[in-house]
Amino acid sequence: MPTYEKIIDSDKERRKIKADRRMREIMTAYYMEAKTPKEQRGKKIAWITSGGPVEPLHVMDVIPIYPENYGAMIGASKMGVDLCEKAEEMGYARDLCSYARADIASATVNGGPIGGLPEPDMLICCNNICGTVLKWYEVQARYFNVPLFILDTPITHTTFNDEMRRYVTRQSAEYIRFLEKACGRRFDYDRMAEVGALSIRAQELWQAILDTTMSKPSPMTCFDAFFHLAMIVTLRGTQTCVDYYEMLLAEMKERVAQGIGMLPVEKYRLVWDNLPIWYRLRWLSNKFMERSACLVADTYTSGWVSQMPSVSSTDFLGFMGESYARIFLNSGTDLMAENIIRMVKKYDADGVVFHSNRSCKPYSFGQYDIQKILRKKLGIPTLMIEADMVDERSFSESQIETRIDAFIEMMKK
Amino acid sequence: MDHFQRFREISANPGRYAEEWKKKTGGKVVGHLCSYTPVELIVAAGALPFRILSSGAQIAQADGYLQAYCCGLVRGVLEDALAGRLAFLDGTVFPHTCDTIQRLSDIWRMNIGGFHADVILPVKLDTESAAEYMLAVLQRFKADLEAGLGVTLSEAALGEAIRICNRGRKGLERLYALRRKRPDAIAGSDLHAVFRAALVMDRAELADALEKLADMLESRAPQAAPPVKRLVLSGGLCSMPDIYQVVESSGGRVVWDDFCTGARYFEGLVDENGAPLAAIAQRYRQRVVCPAKHAGIHNRGQYLVDKVKSYQADGVIFLLLKFCDPHAFDYPYMKAMLDKENIPSMLFEIEDQISSEGQLRTRCEAFLEML
Repeated sequence: MPTYEKIIDSDKERRKIKADRRMREIMTAYYMEAKTPKEQRGKKIAWITSGGPVEPLHVMDVIPIYPENYGAMIGASKMGVDLCEKAEEMGYARDLCSYARADIASATVNGGPIGGLPEPDMLICCNNICGTVLKWYEVQARYFNVPLFILDTPITHTTFNDEMRRYVTRQSAEYIRFLEKACGRRFDYDRMAEVGALSIRAQELWQAILDTTMSKPSPMTCFDAFFHLAMIVTLRGTQTCVDYYEMLLAEMKERVAQGIGMLPVEKYRLVWDNLPIWYRLRWLSNKFMERSACLVADTYTSGWVSQMPSVSSTDFLGFMGESYARIFLNSGTDLMAENIIRMVKKYDADGVVFHSNRSCKPYSFGQYDIQKILRKKLGIPTLMIEADMVDERSFSESQIETRIDAFIEMMKK
Repeated sequence: MDHFQRFREISANPGRYAEEWKKKTGGKVVGHLCSYTPVELIVAAGALPFRILSSGAQIAQADGYLQAYCCGLVRGVLEDALAGRLAFLDGTVFPHTCDTIQRLSDIWRMNIGGFHADVILPVKLDTESAAEYMLAVLQRFKADLEAGLGVTLSEAALGEAIRICNRGRKGLERLYALRRKRPDAIAGSDLHAVFRAALVMDRAELADALEKLADMLESRAPQAAPPVKRLVLSGGLCSMPDIYQVVESSGGRVVWDDFCTGARYFEGLVDENGAPLAAIAQRYRQRVVCPAKHAGIHNRGQYLVDKVKSYQADGVIFLLLKFCDPHAFDYPYMKAMLDKENIPSMLFEIEDQISSEGQLRTRCEAFLEML
């Protein structure tokens, strides 16, 4: 049996991130507004995929609601199994994405966290994250009988070419026309410029926050990033999001200046790949913490920062399609491996933890190749955790703990 | 004389056929996944389009590349490639369909090699910008093929390839039409063998063989046949096990299917008078969609209901390949649409070919009894 450093945690309070409280307030207010009855609310509601272009919705004063964010809430509140089983009773195979199953089921019952999501007036689906969202949003378009817009973003296996660029740019214009029709009024291009600038500013701030973990000790872990991520996903394009991230960044910088790390002892620095295991965040966080292993970065939360070097804050719409098409998950496995290599170097990591996520095939298939590439190019140890982001039935605690131990042993060598 | 013998031989060992074709013609063999591969371009390039299906061999090496929650088709074809059973391929084409095939393309490119083309088709097919993009994708594929195979694809060659492929499609449609009219005129297993062969055969040879076969079968005098239950098959059976024997021995006859290795493959002809690439693009946009593509939210369900009605089918069997997400998402609504029309249906999930057969037989017999 390996021996672990006894955790001396007298200054646990000092290490806590203070901005957390504000974050909870903002998210509560956001859901409160969305859950206000339609007549009092005035604003329309759009359900949108996590990688979808939310900025034009803010321009049109449409409240964006993220079933995937809700899926994470379902997972974190351990309601996933119940809802997944309900979807299976409805005829959806158990092998389907657990976000989709949980959301499809919760739409039909008055249950789930916050008593369910407010009904959509329209659906916005961008397939840059997977083909699953297309099928999932088709299901919801039939169920709610509301218009569905699909932003079809061709994958960059090796290169993003001119015809792809033209296709996604033309769709940006179609999206605006769709919104004008759904909302019954003209699109405000001046406001788009403002919202676009706010979105880009928020992305920069988010990246700067994530980059504070280059410091040793790291002021936060990816488990904290998973929490603070909700803002960039749901509210990018708003002043609220920019203000919050400015506050969070200031706190992170202060922690760095004072040498406050998230872990009492930081011996190993790791990169996480794939979605979080929402129902076991605390357990996993503790397991790594007890072993002095700090997950300093992850491929997931950095996915909300545009990879486009030339993104322009004055012509947001002109770049929007390409920017959304070229997220790392919509690229070839070898490009995804390069992304991880860059992260390992940037954050000076000693190893990589892969979550092989039954729910997310495009994220998970190819991970074995990425492992091989990392071994060859960096010679660092990797860990593969077989699980699911929401469906707890696919989680084997003892097996995973054993693997974590073996992995830490490898890093000691 | 057994008119199906040749098809059966090819179906049993498609790889050998491709190897012999190569030896005979000196041409190149281009493997491909999925019915969205524009085979006309491959034919026009003088190469043999070879639809890759899993041989069903035990998975050993593929486990090192793909997790266990990947569908049997993709694990199976990767296993075949890693084991060298597809060494005769000069290249492989991956049309964009599902998430799994998309990743298979990456894994293949990094580990198998050979000429590699991604045909990154649009996912939604019902908009004007998608139509424009689709045409551009075909133009790029043409350039990729020309560079990869060292040939030039002339308009004339493309036109000729379209005519040849259309002849093949018409031949298959004639067999389906005959079966629809007289379900006993052609055994399901025979048609299955014809189809498997059709997916890999030289298209000119295929067109001739199908015409001969259809002529012969159509000219046979109809025999008095006992009444049978007419069935439509639906689902994702890209891996094509021979389930027809099971259905027929339970007293059912398949009168239509909604498989990419079935009706979807031949339905709709390419316009022979239009500009070749535009005409090919048009067919793909108008054909009934695979569930990984979008052309409205009721498209596939309506298609199924229409086929059941117009072909007077008694019921539908859904065959789902385990871990096939696009089909699994469509099943509940398609079943609901059938229920609304009082059309009985049954779902059967196939994990791997061999272990499923006994179970399928039991379920099938019970279902047919109920009809």
